[in-house]
Amino acid sequence: MSLSVRGITKSFGSFKALDRVSLDVPEGTLLALLGPSGSGKTTLLRIIAGLESADAGMITENGEDVTDLHARRRGVGFVFQHYALFRHMSVFENIAFGLRVRKEPEAAIRERVNELLHLVRLDGLGGRKPSQLSGGQRQRVALARALAIRPKMLLLDEPFGALDAKVRVELRQWLRRLHDEIGMTSIFVTHDQEEAFELADRVVVMNHGKIEQHGSPEEVFDRPATPFVIDFLGQVNVFHGRVEGGRAFWHGIPIDFPEYPHAQSREAKVYLRPHELDIDRPGIPGQETRSLPASVLRVTPGGAVTRVACRTAAGGEELYVDVPTDKARGLALLPGERVAITPRKARVFLPGPEYVI
Amino acid sequence: MSSTPTTTGSSPLARAAAIAAAFAIVGGVIVVPLASVFFEALAEGPAAWWRAIAHDPDTRHAIWLSLTVAPVAVAFNTVFGVAAAWLVARFRFPGRSLLISFFDVPFAVSPVVAGLAIVLIFGRQGLLGPTLEWLSLKVIFSWPGLVLATTFVTLPLVVRELIPVMEAIGPEEELAAVSLGAGGWQVFWRVTLPNIRWALLHGIVLANARAMGEFGAVYVVSGHIAGATDTMPLRVEKLFQEYRTPASMAVASVLASIALVTLIVKFVIERRIEAEFHEREGLAPPADSPAVASLAIASPKEAVA
Repeated sequence: MSLSVRGITKSFGSFKALDRVSLDVPEGTLLALLGPSGSGKTTLLRIIAGLESADAGMITENGEDVTDLHARRRGVGFVFQHYALFRHMSVFENIAFGLRVRKEPEAAIRERVNELLHLVRLDGLGGRKPSQLSGGQRQRVALARALAIRPKMLLLDEPFGALDAKVRVELRQWLRRLHDEIGMTSIFVTHDQEEAFELADRVVVMNHGKIEQHGSPEEVFDRPATPFVIDFLGQVNVFHGRVEGGRAFWHGIPIDFPEYPHAQSREAKVYLRPHELDIDRPGIPGQETRSLPASVLRVTPGGAVTRVACRTAAGGEELYVDVPTDKARGLALLPGERVAITPRKARVFLPGPEYVI
Repeated sequence: MSSTPTTTGSSPLARAAAIAAAFAIVGGVIVVPLASVFFEALAEGPAAWWRAIAHDPDTRHAIWLSLTVAPVAVAFNTVFGVAAAWLVARFRFPGRSLLISFFDVPFAVSPVVAGLAIVLIFGRQGLLGPTLEWLSLKVIFSWPGLVLATTFVTLPLVVRELIPVMEAIGPEEELAAVSLGAGGWQVFWRVTLPNIRWALLHGIVLANARAMGEFGAVYVVSGHIAGATDTMPLRVEKLFQEYRTPASMAVASVLASIALVTLIVKFVIERRIEAEFHEREGLAPPADSPAVASLAIASPKEAVA
């Protein structure tokens, strides 16, 4: 089912949770609503499910206006953050609930529930109570319960938030495979960018009740639309610089920025991702025009990349460089050593009303 | 407990003395008087006891009246308590805190004052007196007045029991039921009620005990008419005033037995509530279920199996 959200606004007292949010979700998409807490992502999900009503705006499903349709008639599967399993019912009865309230025949219910228990790999656990299951198992019961009613769309609120790290990774790979098999339009809320990028076809980054960017994971990561997006998607070094004539300057080092072709010089903010910086020992010919002299503060090894904290010689600003661990071993940097830092890529944002964080 | 050292520096002797004192006070203030009721009631033998209970028409009527007034008041409190607790636990509205405070008024007000208030409104000279007379309805000095007074004094018991439980459970399960297609009544009968059932039963048992034993408010509105508006506690008092102590004690022993049954039921329910609380917290219930513990260890692998 395709979903369209138009100009949805919602306030809780004086707090504006959503401010004219519009969004299109094509049939079969797995979409992530990504943002910090308080960004409005969960409110948007609940409004799409009909569990919360919007102050203004419209929601259509397959072109049909469902804005005022009661949640019980939406036919949407909703997985709650803390699962909200019916604690007094067995796993079997939890999954059967949606079918029982529809007064489906007992035999059909039995067949459907067993099919779902198999799908979520909980065969034989139908008689357990939710309290006798692990977190990952409860999560899968919640999923099976939502799928039992053959929903047109699946909505998941922080589906992996309450699980420990290992189970989380396994379960999200499983959910991705499940989505590929069923092909149902699905939206999930998360504050974890890694989770959003690994799982989703489309990522919507939200902040302060507004959508900052909507695109494929590659688009959002490679071409962040706003300073907020680049900031939110992992650590980044931010500096004050200047732009003029199609180039930005970071301590005199030029970086291509064709979006600003004007001759007049303007102040700008330069965003450098740690993994898009190169680090070398000084003394390579031609280095002074492309690289900035700095000194090493700390070296933090960690798996595939080693993070090096440096201080620039000019201005004394602190910045981070991610170096592949193999290369870091070769360089064998020690605190206090002088190095040259070369930006391969940078993002420049001009200060303007639309870029105020 | 005994192995827990305390920081107050109390010696084992002092602790033993304190425990002994506690038992002595409970024994002297509660157990001995209660036992003496049964002792007095049965002083002339079980046959006399039975005669006092069953062969006096006024006493029989008083027992029957108590057994009809209390359930009606409790039934009203149950419906009101569930609805009011749901309202207060699920919604935030202006005046909510004030409303919760008003639930406690019957606890704070002396039952005699409550009875007088009811007389002032429903009595012949009262606010609604003329209207009731015109409708030929008699509230004061009759059954409806007894129900009204009993309902008033027991009002907080069910609602007070349910509010914290409903707040602890939260609205998520109800929302999940709605999103699965359940209607309002389906949500109530299948999700809300099963979740609060033990707390509700606890409230009902307490309300029933209070309703059976109520004296002050009922005394004022009943007019104390033997064989008509005397409930069990009123009957006990009247028999006692008429120097018929053994008969009085016989009826009192019935009331005391109801109290003891209440106590046992309450104890059983509290055990259930505690067990469900542990379930909710995701803790394994006390060691009688080893399956739970092993499952918790096996789970991370099982999640990907």
